[in-house]
Amino acid sequence: MGRTLRLLALVAGSLLLAPGLALSQPAPATPGAAPAAPAAPARPAPPPAQSVPIGYIELLGDLRYELMGSYANIDFRDIGRPFEGAEVAIAEAQQTGRFMNLNFTMEKFEGTTVEEMVAQIDTWIAADTHFVLVDLPADMLVELADAVAGKPVSLFNVSAQDDSLRAENCRANVFHTMPSYAMYEDALAQYLSTKNWRDILVLQGPLPADELISQAFQRSAQKFGLRISEVEPFVITNDPRYRDQTNVALLTAGKRFDVVFVADAGRELARFVPYQTTQPNLVVGSAGLTPLNWHWTWESDAAAQLQHRYEELALPRQMNDVSFAAWSAVRAITTASIRTRSGGFDEIQDYLTNPDNDFDSVKGNPQSFRPWDNQMRTPILLATANSVIARAPFDEFLHEFNVLDTLGVDQPETACRMTR
Amino acid sequence: MKLRSKLTSIAIGIGAASLALSAAMDPAAAAGTGYVFVSNERSNDISVLDGTTYQIIKSIPTSRRPRDMQFNADKTMLYVACGDDDVIDVIDVATLEVVDQIPTGPSPEMFEFNGDFSLIYVSNEENSTAQVIDVAQKLIVHEIPTGAEPEGVMVSEDGLTLYVTSEIADMVHFVDTELGVVVDNVVVGTRPRRFAMLDNELWVTDELSGQVSIIDRTNHVVTHTLEFLPPGFRPVDVTPVGIAWTEDQSTVIVTLGRANHVAFVNAATKEIEDYVLVGSRAWGVDLNGDESVLFVSNGLSDDLSIIDMATRQNIRSVPVGRIPHTVLVDD
Repeated sequence: MGRTLRLLALVAGSLLLAPGLALSQPAPATPGAAPAAPAAPARPAPPPAQSVPIGYIELLGDLRYELMGSYANIDFRDIGRPFEGAEVAIAEAQQTGRFMNLNFTMEKFEGTTVEEMVAQIDTWIAADTHFVLVDLPADMLVELADAVAGKPVSLFNVSAQDDSLRAENCRANVFHTMPSYAMYEDALAQYLSTKNWRDILVLQGPLPADELISQAFQRSAQKFGLRISEVEPFVITNDPRYRDQTNVALLTAGKRFDVVFVADAGRELARFVPYQTTQPNLVVGSAGLTPLNWHWTWESDAAAQLQHRYEELALPRQMNDVSFAAWSAVRAITTASIRTRSGGFDEIQDYLTNPDNDFDSVKGNPQSFRPWDNQMRTPILLATANSVIARAPFDEFLHEFNVLDTLGVDQPETACRMTR
Repeated sequence: MKLRSKLTSIAIGIGAASLALSAAMDPAAAAGTGYVFVSNERSNDISVLDGTTYQIIKSIPTSRRPRDMQFNADKTMLYVACGDDDVIDVIDVATLEVVDQIPTGPSPEMFEFNGDFSLIYVSNEENSTAQVIDVAQKLIVHEIPTGAEPEGVMVSEDGLTLYVTSEIADMVHFVDTELGVVVDNVVVGTRPRRFAMLDNELWVTDELSGQVSIIDRTNHVVTHTLEFLPPGFRPVDVTPVGIAWTEDQSTVIVTLGRANHVAFVNAATKEIEDYVLVGSRAWGVDLNGDESVLFVSNGLSDDLSIIDMATRQNIRSVPVGRIPHTVLVDD
């Protein structure tokens, strides 16, 4: 059932270089090269080219990316999968690798069962692939992680936001480059707190993910001093008996609050909430002002160049939050490889888990992995449809060690117990 | 005065020649116009300030997104890399108008002339190459593949080696200018940006790791790594980008980006002597001719900080255009 797609290095080469240039690239550091100034000494011969393969696994027919809630086949969500973000980072690393005699490649496997994914990982390990990006729902991710525990392989979660993966279901062999729900909602709660918009009405959808988002926001509200007046369930139906749970005006009437928070992973109801409230309230969460790992309009901190590289490869798509998580995972793995000049599992793993090491986030603060739950620290963008309004964390919230740890679960609160 | 070592001998020559005349003539004229040029990325213009009063005397419209600036040999022409129009604009310093354009690859950012000013080396941050442009013919004569997002460029005194940073690869490429190829690479801190060149040392600002890496130019190894941390800031806020140095090579000045300070470094001892408060996201930096005044362009407060070198105090700030990038003094 599963199938593999090998990505050619040529694709990346032609992406970023004018035709012909990729082929004319000279070998680095030839001994006795023509004199430079000051005169270069005779240099040791470069090490032989080392291959650093990275694996990528995704679930075929993953419901999270299906056109949930679309009508007449018109899709209103950005549901693009993470893969192209990883491809952009591989292309960047290949460019650097040419100068270091490191050859980065990526192979993708699309499957439906954990068994065939485990078999693929075993094949990869035999071929010296030790780092695998996984685009899977939380339950399958845990199952896969347990099945490959003890083997020389680390998994990188690039899409599942469940807080449980960073708590009771954390695993030593799983790194998370996709932010948790807690990180997203802390970012939003920080912003509302700095604005002093503290009275919140929560609208919660019927999906299990809606409940996880709602619970994460309620914890964030408590953490940052917001007051939740009510948590109102909503459903999507035309049944008049459920009118009080379907009609935004009725859902929001007769209540006092500053802001509506919508927990709606499918985004079907959320998009109708702005301007439908009874009072002139702001809308945040799954509509209005949304917390995101990435947004296509972010252009500071050298982000514009990354956006352009992504769009060159993936147009008409623009980079989204899961694509950025995949970019971040490959960027971390390849940076570790370049810095250690190694493709070895132990060398790269040690570099990734060393608390002194960090990685470019293209969002200001560098990214790094939290030792207590393997979650990547990263700034969170708060965006409307076509603008980033603010970037969390905010100056008002300080931290003893790293301000990024004001987003998500910090070391003293962690429920993750893992041993490497 | 733009502090480029390769210009030193020329500058001394001009200085000596003009010394005899300067008693009789207006010293400012002998030393150049004294103008302070500031490129503004977002307002697409160059602010020209009087070097004594610091008043803006003219705003020169340019192609879109003007960034790095360099003078030609006799400082009659000012060259400006314009990132969103893929050209280098040429401004006549006498008339303060754009008189010519040189086409480049995508998104030119930083550039340098070679020793005889016949060639321009320019980094194209969107194209992962450094290009060699023949100034007279206005033609791209060679293209050198680099790591992604090349930025700082610097040419050795003998013109044989070109140094280029790659922001994504975290390395400095050593390019043999005769062969036109990368012959060596030195891994430095995270997101290397720009260079200072002192004797046998190449100083590189590392924006994300908040450092300056000092490379031995003979042995191609990092010999020192300087860490900056102005009082009250966190390491993550310290993003060094711009760098300048005094002609006697005793002092190096580093702009610290989002930390809103510049650092004064003793070049011999590598000791950080002072931090001076400037505007928001300080990048560009240049000294005037007698090195009495330091100018710093602040990208996120849209102004220029003016620092007295004797007291190392910020004495004034002057509003300029939107997102000021580079500052260059004609002295």
